[in-house]
Amino acid sequence: MNRITARMQELAARDETAFIPYITAGDPTLALSGEILLELERAGADVIEYGIPFSDPVADGIVIQEASQRALKHNVSLHDVVGQIRELRTKTKIPILLFSYFNPVLAYGIETFAQDCADVGADGVLCVDLPPEEAEDYKRIMVDAGIATVFLASPTTRTERMGLIARFSEGFLYYVSRAGVTGVRDQVETSVKGMVEEVKRHSDIPVAVGFGIAKPEQAEEVARYADGVVVGSAIVDCVGTNGESPELIERVGAFVRPLVEATKRAKAEVAS
Amino acid sequence: MASLETSSSAPKAPYSYPDKRGRYGAFGGRYVPETLMYPLEELEQAYVSACADPAFVARMDELRRDYIGRATPLYFARRLTEHLGGAKVYLKREDLCHTGAHKINNALGQVLLAERMNKKRIVAETGAGQHGVATATASALCGLECEVYMGTEDMARQSLNVFRMRLLGAKVTGVESGTKTLKDAINEAMRDWVTNVGDTHYVLGTVEGPHPYPVICRDFQSVIGKEMRAQLLEKENRSPDLLIACVGGGSNSAGLFFEFIEDDVRMIGVEAGGLGPETGKHAARFAGGVEGMLHGAMSYVLQDENGQIMGTHSVSAGLDYPSIGPEHAFWKQSGRVEYSYANDDEALDAFQLLSHLEGIIPALESAHAIAHACKVVPEMDKDQIVVVNLSGRGDKDVDQAARFILGDKGAGA
Ligand SMILES: Cc1ncc(COP(=O)(O)O)c(C=O)c1O
Repeated sequence: MNRITARMQELAARDETAFIPYITAGDPTLALSGEILLELERAGADVIEYGIPFSDPVADGIVIQEASQRALKHNVSLHDVVGQIRELRTKTKIPILLFSYFNPVLAYGIETFAQDCADVGADGVLCVDLPPEEAEDYKRIMVDAGIATVFLASPTTRTERMGLIARFSEGFLYYVSRAGVTGVRDQVETSVKGMVEEVKRHSDIPVAVGFGIAKPEQAEEVARYADGVVVGSAIVDCVGTNGESPELIERVGAFVRPLVEATKRAKAEVAS
Repeated sequence: MASLETSSSAPKAPYSYPDKRGRYGAFGGRYVPETLMYPLEELEQAYVSACADPAFVARMDELRRDYIGRATPLYFARRLTEHLGGAKVYLKREDLCHTGAHKINNALGQVLLAERMNKKRIVAETGAGQHGVATATASALCGLECEVYMGTEDMARQSLNVFRMRLLGAKVTGVESGTKTLKDAINEAMRDWVTNVGDTHYVLGTVEGPHPYPVICRDFQSVIGKEMRAQLLEKENRSPDLLIACVGGGSNSAGLFFEFIEDDVRMIGVEAGGLGPETGKHAARFAGGVEGMLHGAMSYVLQDENGQIMGTHSVSAGLDYPSIGPEHAFWKQSGRVEYSYANDDEALDAFQLLSHLEGIIPALESAHAIAHACKVVPEMDKDQIVVVNLSGRGDKDVDQAARFILGDKGAGA
């Protein structure tokens, strides 16, 4: 079974919410983002979203745009990242979801990419600018290679399309908690809980919620009803501000641990 | 999909692109973040319903006539024709549209659509500033709030248009990211739209982007070719032999070509050759691009081997863009339209030539089309007819052109 799917099922069986951090590959360097990935695992992450830097990240706010730019300064490519995962697999079994814009995947060649992912042990792919309507071939190719595909739903998604998105998703479905680009927000919108319930009416696929979650309180609130909590910009910001520091790795770990604890605490508290 | 046509002549073999999914063969489509899927559907529906609404069509016709100043003249360029010594050259005078370029044909149509969708706010990107000015103008006309994103590099080379937009009540926001030109302005406009989708309409300025933008823009621009067909029939009692237009995203060219797409008429789209495609400093997508996806549509894209979008160069901000409208990619692949390019220096020569010979200062974008006409017209017969789309006037470019023509001394020298 695909590692992402397996991990989500294990957690569901324990009634535990997945903690899913996002970092940009190559930020501040490819070697260091690899180290950070391992530290995230030590801090208790369940699945890693590993972002592929892109020159024109239209779905991202300034924090992840700048991380992309930092990575592209030393020309980190999708090939480099795939190569790195082969190496990381000698050290970790944590499920890895590659998070990319579609054009780098197209340039790589979808079939070659899917095959290489399977060979090196990358478990899943999410293309932010590839809705299921355009993803028929892509989906088939990924399924054939055993790669999980994560698709997005958002507050503007109509009920009619929920089923389609759920059907195309494997591992989990990513619910984008607000209209907009990635970035830290003070509050999680109150409508999110209802929307997650809406998705669950259409499918039993696990639902992870992300976009804007930055603080342990927010993570805990979302973790009560979601199957996974995604934290991106807040961690990327921490990487950005500590990029030059010799303590980068420890600092990212220290930043993430309270988020993991808050996520893991949520359902335990509800249950007790 | 329905289009905003007023009349059509003889029955035509059906050209039925885009299909329901917004595809032109292998190109086009709707590659966007999930949040934009519904707004795009909503836009498509609003467009279809507007086209079928006689009140909307009548309002559009009235504003085209009384506000834009259509029909724009089809002008026989006698001295240019004599100078080139080949086919007769006509200029379709989009430079005489209100605000000085064809961009208003689309901007006005889309702002009226936004009004119809009860959107309160308009965002747009701009390169040369012409689309920004046109959108700011249409927003003023309809009393809608307007914000225009523009790369800071383009703001510097088109400062006159920045001031015009502000005068028209628009907020102009400089974009510092990436190459600080048109593609980055589109990125930022899309980010704004995705954040404010509820009350905001994004007026995309060319036949680019996710479906239905390319078809909406093409239809609103196709008034150019329709008028021209009637005007040439009246003047020459025949169809043209060759159409030439510059291609940035591809809206003025699509507007000229579309009417003739099923006819036996040769067409050439002229891209920006910059310093020459061999130098890497250019925006000739068909002379160096590969199939790829940028800004929501599958098309040809200037990119590196890793799928990262490359910086482009052109003396004209309006052509300085790494992708091209998906329908052009389709026309290129099917061989229906030929594509060529003109380099910066050829465009600057044409800019001066037309000014001297005809008393018409063309936009630097349009000068690329003139430059190509200078190459092909002399090879043609005297009884043949060429129509060049003069997509805009060059007032906005005088400062920039002076810097190139006179060197660093600039216009004051
Ligand atoms: C006068 C003029 N012509 C042409 C263009 C290029 O755009 P398109 O290819 O969409 O006509 C522009 C764009 O800014 C323009 O201002």
